[in-house]
Amino acid sequence: MDFPFLLSTMKSLLAATPTTLGLFSLSIFFGGLLALLIVTMRVSNNIVARNFAKGYIFVFRGSPLLIQMFLVFYGLGQFGVIRHSIVWPALREPFVCAVLSLALCTGGYSAEIFRSGLRAVPPGEIEAARAAGMSGFLLLRRIIAPIAFRHALPAYSTEIVLMVKSTALASLVTVWEITGVAQRLISQTYRTMEVFMCAAALYLILNFLILQVLALIEHRLNRHNLRPAERKPSVMSAFFGARP
Amino acid sequence: MSATPRLSVRNIRKSFGTHEVLRGISLDAHDGDVISVLGASGSGKSTFLRCINLLETADDGDIVVNGEEIAMKTTPRGRGAASRKQLDRIRSELGMVFQSFNLWSHMTILENIIEGPVQVQKRPRADCVAEAEALLEKVGIADRKDYYPAHLSGGQKQRAAIARSLAMHPKVILFDEPTSALDPELVGEVLHVMRDLAAEKMTMLVVTHEMGFARNVSNRVIFMRDGQIDCDGPPQDMFGGKGSPHFRQFIRHMETEHHAA
Repeated sequence: MDFPFLLSTMKSLLAATPTTLGLFSLSIFFGGLLALLIVTMRVSNNIVARNFAKGYIFVFRGSPLLIQMFLVFYGLGQFGVIRHSIVWPALREPFVCAVLSLALCTGGYSAEIFRSGLRAVPPGEIEAARAAGMSGFLLLRRIIAPIAFRHALPAYSTEIVLMVKSTALASLVTVWEITGVAQRLISQTYRTMEVFMCAAALYLILNFLILQVLALIEHRLNRHNLRPAERKPSVMSAFFGARP
Repeated sequence: MSATPRLSVRNIRKSFGTHEVLRGISLDAHDGDVISVLGASGSGKSTFLRCINLLETADDGDIVVNGEEIAMKTTPRGRGAASRKQLDRIRSELGMVFQSFNLWSHMTILENIIEGPVQVQKRPRADCVAEAEALLEKVGIADRKDYYPAHLSGGQKQRAAIARSLAMHPKVILFDEPTSALDPELVGEVLHVMRDLAAEKMTMLVVTHEMGFARNVSNRVIFMRDGQIDCDGPPQDMFGGKGSPHFRQFIRHMETEHHAA
């Protein structure tokens, strides 16, 4: 084992980790917002909005993310309208293109996950809220969204982990994130095994940490399903303070 | 008895498809009235109750709560409340207790009870908590305030649901078969709470199969049949043989079933 080499490889890959995390967090953030919009259209009574959402979800779930990314990166520049618009300086950046295509794709998946959560909200609990005088945004914020989110969280956790791994595709549109840097190191050293092992280990560590956080959130939000005796003060209370 | 009824229902009609479930129902509930609505399943009694706070929208007829009529409008999508704001306010003045409790599963019992007062009526949280604790004491589950609904028995859940509706200071409480989903040994604790409310002159409209409650607690019994009020009157008259032949047959049937069980 060539530890000095592994160490220097790890250092180079760690230097690229903020880029991976940036791709990941920005695309989850914007993809999440987009998913809220798409799911709103998907469950609305407006037939145009509903069908648009269905089409969107079909296209972005049904085609390869890599091709979507290539279309955004290489394809958008072919349109003069876009090349001469004010968004072009941003769209010329590989990083922006990668975030855009990752967000567009996860938006479709997350919308379906959120919809399954909405369908799991018991109609009786919504009726009880209506009978108490709640409607509109208040009903959504206090009753529907919290229950739907609890149901959606396990599936959404999986989507989040998939997104961490999907950021690797950004290397193919010249973003120097972990996988991109790994490939560059390999082309310089021809030591495929060691470098990719380091990269894989780094993704594993990232996902391990993210899964821990998600599991803690899930545990905390699931307190209503635990027996009272099991409801010890959770680790999350150390981060967010105890519930009143 | 005050001149304005707490609740006045005028000529409610409702169809599901071609099936006419309610065929013109009218009813006045005055302060302190406890009205039991009886009838075989399918007679439309739950639909009637749900039309009062517009969980179902009646095709025709008016609802007047404390002298204020719920404004209705008809659009191409159907009939509905004209003003969501008015509907929300009137709904908050009408308590509703459901057969399946419908407590909010993600909130503790205490949070369930203060939710409406804090979020809908915008009352100070501290006042609501104090009042909620007193209400839980009253319905006998003060020690369960920090539990989630999943960990309560059916009877405890229904008593929590009654406390939740009381916390809104309702003018009338609508009970939709409040004991039908309960194990027989838990029915008593819920009826006990409802009996106390009746003694305190709470205005109540109760769809029920509990003959004992109808006979001994309510001051008026309504018997529904085929979407209409078949007969009504004070329980002493109704159970004393003055009801319609259909009603007499109905109670005979209920009693045989009761003895068989």
